[in-house]
Amino acid sequence: MSADHTNSRTPKANSMRTPLGKVRKFGPAGSGTSDFWRQRITGVAMTLLILPVVVVIMMLLGRNQAGAAQILGSPLIALTMILFIIASALHMKIGMQVVLEDYVQNEKLKLVSIMANNFFSLAVALAAIFAIFKLSSGV
Amino acid sequence: MVEFALPKNSKITGGKTWPKPEGATETREFRVYRWNPDDGKNPSVDVYHVDKHDCGPMVLDGLIWIKNHIDPTLTFRRSCREGVCGSCAMNIDGENTLACTKAMDDVKDTAVKVNPLPHQPVVKDLVPDLTNFYAQYASIEPWLQTVTPTPQKEWRQSHEDREKLDGLYECILCACCSTSCPSYWWNSDRFLGPAALLQATRWVKDSRDEATGERLDNLEDPFRIYRCHTIMNCAKACPKGLNPSEAIANLKLKLVERQI
Repeated sequence: MSADHTNSRTPKANSMRTPLGKVRKFGPAGSGTSDFWRQRITGVAMTLLILPVVVVIMMLLGRNQAGAAQILGSPLIALTMILFIIASALHMKIGMQVVLEDYVQNEKLKLVSIMANNFFSLAVALAAIFAIFKLSSGV
Repeated sequence: MVEFALPKNSKITGGKTWPKPEGATETREFRVYRWNPDDGKNPSVDVYHVDKHDCGPMVLDGLIWIKNHIDPTLTFRRSCREGVCGSCAMNIDGENTLACTKAMDDVKDTAVKVNPLPHQPVVKDLVPDLTNFYAQYASIEPWLQTVTPTPQKEWRQSHEDREKLDGLYECILCACCSTSCPSYWWNSDRFLGPAALLQATRWVKDSRDEATGERLDNLEDPFRIYRCHTIMNCAKACPKGLNPSEAIANLKLKLVERQI
């Protein structure tokens, strides 16, 4: 038994698997780059969209529903808002997943929390897009 | 969740304070991590006083002096004593570095605090178990791989291509970088760590190698490479002045490049 300065998933000496076998385990997952790349794309998209989105929000401040519907009725404004929602929801989903993969050590808990993160991000995105549609159609 | 506290059997308790050497006019205090696998006790920190006039200037000189003059049971790895072999990597004054190239006088604290490399199982005292670290290095297959029949004389490389390996080949595998990386602390079973990834970059960049695609395939994984969040502890810790963070960013760029 050695003084243990490692986490619970660090390979322990009492396993009969070879060290290289432990490191190779199931092999590479064959994915990861697409999420990495998407996080960069959505980050750049949000940087470009944040200014118009802030301007639209400032324009919406203090207006009633009819006024808001008038502004969001413009296809360009509605589209900008929807693009921002999609970019930020996807960015949030990937970012949260990275945090969960980093810190949640229990495999079952990790699976459940990643699933919940997917549902949450999708629900937030759909609710926000629905709100834009509803307001822009003036219903 | 991630475990932020040490396991019960690893909690550090008070250790022995050894008497100051007789007749010494100037001493330096050393606080050294001790753990013996045979006595069933928790780790402790022993206090030693090194006679500075009878000892070399480096922290390793101090440890050797302690072993020779005070406590022969103190265990640590060392070999070249000039920053080439990487054996004496340990945590000194809170930073991972080589004991042989770290001067005692560069430690501003009143005591020189010496601990084993963080977040690795300890074999004894300052000796960490680096089995997983070496297996990760082996997993990136650090040798030239070719399909073309071996030339009669040598594999040729232009001066420009050779220069691309600068900042990569100098790694001495001391493990200072990997064991300073929080991502490695939390996921060392799946994240290859800065040292192995620096070496992966070294072989991906080698113009003579013909297995670049296979090497990148081996890294295409959310954990093997993408646990790196460019924290830069690795670059700060590297006693050879290398930048594993930059090397990993290069690998990520190549992984993206071949997809778009």
